[in-house]
Amino acid sequence: MIEMALIFAFACFGLGLLMNLWRVTVAPGVPDRVLALDTMVINAIALLVLYGIWQGTAIYFEAALLFAMTGFISTVAYARYMLRGDIIE
Amino acid sequence: MIWEIIVSALLVMAGVFGLVGSFGLIRLPTTMTRLHAPTKATTLGGGGVLVASMIYFAVFMDHYSFHELMITLFLFLTAPITANLIAKAYLHRTERPEDLPPTGTDRGWATYDASADPSRRTDG
Repeated sequence: MIEMALIFAFACFGLGLLMNLWRVTVAPGVPDRVLALDTMVINAIALLVLYGIWQGTAIYFEAALLFAMTGFISTVAYARYMLRGDIIE
Repeated sequence: MIWEIIVSALLVMAGVFGLVGSFGLIRLPTTMTRLHAPTKATTLGGGGVLVASMIYFAVFMDHYSFHELMITLFLFLTAPITANLIAKAYLHRTERPEDLPPTGTDRGWATYDASADPSRRTDG
């Protein structure tokens, strides 16, 4: 039963990642692209953790934690750049 | 058996929330409405997967870890901050202060205040 639920969750997050990729390529403005990249990071974290359950190892949590941190920092940097045209003033 | 049902239900729920969040990102009409879908639904989806993983490793693998709770806490703390920053960037890029609805107080929108702008601040 857990295998079926895992496959369902894999399909959902994979499809979500494809939709985010579509929003990164076709977007009305830059804030939408940054938002899509931020969502891609969250979906990638979910996929990493799902793969960790699938393989039965805890190694992928470190990768997920690093993804969460770098994703947040990069989104903040993008937002600063959109506001000011400069990241560190 | 009961733990299998709980983990499976959490995984399915998380998958549905993740899909709804990503679908809302391409389906909703304007940028300000599009901010809602990923920052709420997708964050909940990620949190559901992490909690399911924590229960799975604790019950079936005898491996107790609280890394997942740390990632969940981090995601829940950072999602509102990124949403606020993106909304602020969108406001400053596309809207003028006169076009926004009134705030209902004698002060205007805080993000347009001179004191909120470090480049125009005079007290250092």
